[in-house]
Amino acid sequence: MNNEILSVGIDIGTSTTQVIFSKISMENTAGFFSVPHISIVDKEVIYKSDIYITPLINSYLIDGDKVRDIVEGEFRKAGFTPADTQTGAVIITGESARKENSAVVLKKLSSFAGEFVVSTAGPDLESVIAGKGSGAQSYSEDNACVAVNLDIGGGTTNIVVFDCGKVVGKGCLDIGGRLLKLDKSYTVSYVSPTARKISDKLSLGLEEGRTTNEQALASLCAEMVNLTEQALGIYEKSPLAESVVTKGSTPLEIKKPIRAVCFSGGVADCIYHSDREPLAYGDIGVHLGKAFRQGRLYSDFHLIKAKETIRATVVGAGTYTTSISGSTIAYSEHILPIKNAPVLRLEHSEQQKLFEGDVDFLKQKLAWFMEQSDTRRIVLSFEGERNPSYLATRRCANCIGTALDAMLDAGEPMLIITECDIAKALGQAIKLEFGEKRDIICVDSISVEDGDFVDLGKPLMDGLVIPVVVKTLIFG
Amino acid sequence: MNNEQIESIVKAVMAQLAASGESADPAQVVQAVQTTAAADTSSFAEIEDIADPQVKHRPLLENPADPDGLQRMLSKTPARIGVGKAGARLKTKTQLALRADHAAARDSVFADVDEALLQEMNLFAVQTCCHDRNEHLTRPDLGRKFDDKTAAEIKAHCTANPDVQFIVSDGLSSKAIEANIKNVLPAVMDGVKALGYSVGTPFFVKFGRVGSMDHAGELLGSKVTCILIGERPGLGTAESMSAYITYGSKVGMSESLRTVVSNIHSGGITPVEAGAYLAEVIDLIMKNKASGVNLKK
Repeated sequence: MNNEILSVGIDIGTSTTQVIFSKISMENTAGFFSVPHISIVDKEVIYKSDIYITPLINSYLIDGDKVRDIVEGEFRKAGFTPADTQTGAVIITGESARKENSAVVLKKLSSFAGEFVVSTAGPDLESVIAGKGSGAQSYSEDNACVAVNLDIGGGTTNIVVFDCGKVVGKGCLDIGGRLLKLDKSYTVSYVSPTARKISDKLSLGLEEGRTTNEQALASLCAEMVNLTEQALGIYEKSPLAESVVTKGSTPLEIKKPIRAVCFSGGVADCIYHSDREPLAYGDIGVHLGKAFRQGRLYSDFHLIKAKETIRATVVGAGTYTTSISGSTIAYSEHILPIKNAPVLRLEHSEQQKLFEGDVDFLKQKLAWFMEQSDTRRIVLSFEGERNPSYLATRRCANCIGTALDAMLDAGEPMLIITECDIAKALGQAIKLEFGEKRDIICVDSISVEDGDFVDLGKPLMDGLVIPVVVKTLIFG
Repeated sequence: MNNEQIESIVKAVMAQLAASGESADPAQVVQAVQTTAAADTSSFAEIEDIADPQVKHRPLLENPADPDGLQRMLSKTPARIGVGKAGARLKTKTQLALRADHAAARDSVFADVDEALLQEMNLFAVQTCCHDRNEHLTRPDLGRKFDDKTAAEIKAHCTANPDVQFIVSDGLSSKAIEANIKNVLPAVMDGVKALGYSVGTPFFVKFGRVGSMDHAGELLGSKVTCILIGERPGLGTAESMSAYITYGSKVGMSESLRTVVSNIHSGGITPVEAGAYLAEVIDLIMKNKASGVNLKK
């Protein structure tokens, strides 16, 4: 049984670009006399690339050709070809995630995309991925506590809060080690909008071309740390705290008291280690690290030692983006893989209408969604019922089948994702009525939200499961 | 009891009181009776079903160090954890719940499957060589075969030589059949038919053992035989059902040639999903012309 897959993670950030390869092992954990239950049992990073400075053409546009060279070189060094990878993710983070950049990167990397490598970005997703890569999530799960991960990079600080391993809060702040760039003689070469705001408030006089001093840098970094601590509810929020929230990120909410804190990202190394030379990187990273070490986040909570710091995001991308479906599902193999299918999520009350067989309701909903999102392809998703009767299942299948068949273009497959373990029954019931007209994919044990996009890979483990990647944002 | 009834009782009481010479304000008495009646019903409503899984999942342990942690552990297992103790013994509530579960288990062994359900499912019923429940429990050998008259009846009622023959049997839990069969049997039959196989006439076997499928399969000449049978109940659930499937059933065939899917109930693999999965397993068995250990997965 093919119980191992190779996954590649490529992280193209504001300041660095990295590649990792990891091995994901799966096993049937159910007993011999039971219905199979495939789970991911191990994830191991088997190759880590060097850390490259992200090649740029000008101050913000990525040099796609050079990125391609880096990735190509790392594949060669690791001894893999794109065809060897079964899954993985290219994640474009921070300021690099602007549209024109993403388009360039994706085009240049398309030949490395292998069978099933997905591209993804968005500040929220990045936060979650980094929190998984750093080990904060597994700490929270193992110790059944609330743990927060701060991935402090060049341009942004990605924050995620886990409770017992589940994401309960996420957010992103425009705070990072490269908000101010300067040379060894303290001559400032770049001031980001956030750094400018803080400078104005504290009258630090930070201007491009002017020199500054240790004291100003320390004040700047102390304020950045203070703003981060405000976002986490340690201090009362000031008006400035709102203005450093990254555009397009979710407002961070802290509902339960935090017990443990983990730092990742490039600046994390300067937090955990105090021996870095100031200005070693031509920016304020070392100062910021020192300021965090002196802050309350560092001293007031249990400090988790990060498994990965600067590599947290790339390890997260390569290792934690793929999940697997339930082990009793229904699908037409020849149409896989499917990429970037948008999700229409039904609320609990709406799902009731499916089980009651309200075809008109679903048709209207589908029509509305297709018009709103200008798409011809739809993944219909709902929670499902834990223990439905056969009659209800048939009624639901008939409702979904009739509505989708009427609304979808000829040749488009019916794609359904549920959370409850009902996909095989539901899929078979739809096939019973519509199997000759359309291809059907019905999988369960996957949780998706309205507005997500889904990639469905080729079946694994003798066809028992298919890999699924849920993304919040796509480009192209 | 409605107000009119109460009032008429009170009036009767008042009349008796008046006759005996004592006096009381009728309105006060009515009120007293109503308050007592209301208090009574509310105390009835507070009696909860101790066998209810939700009730069982409430920890009885007093002052746990980590209540959230205990709740998380409880959510992961149906086992009786976090029950606390009274001295060296279980608490009364735990003891009662255990006895209730044990009673449910016994009931599901000794009860018969509801005839109305069999009619609704269009299953005709036959009986093995066992004459009563006691014999069924004490003579497994008799629960595996039919007498000549019953054999003839099966042959007369059923289509011969189908691809797949389904049999339903009470086995050791009638409750398992009552809880699951309505959602498993139609699901698996539709699934198997959709794959293009012919399905024989399903029927019900009273006092059945797993081995009765061999005799039935031999009589009907089915390629694949599948028996849906109640599992021996435990204290966790009395509603668990198994499916045993064989290729080329023959009396005396080895137990290792059976493919089994167990733990079919609302808290295990749910009935509808099990039906869909069974259809696929039967397809695999038909294609490989083998079952049990001979079926290379």
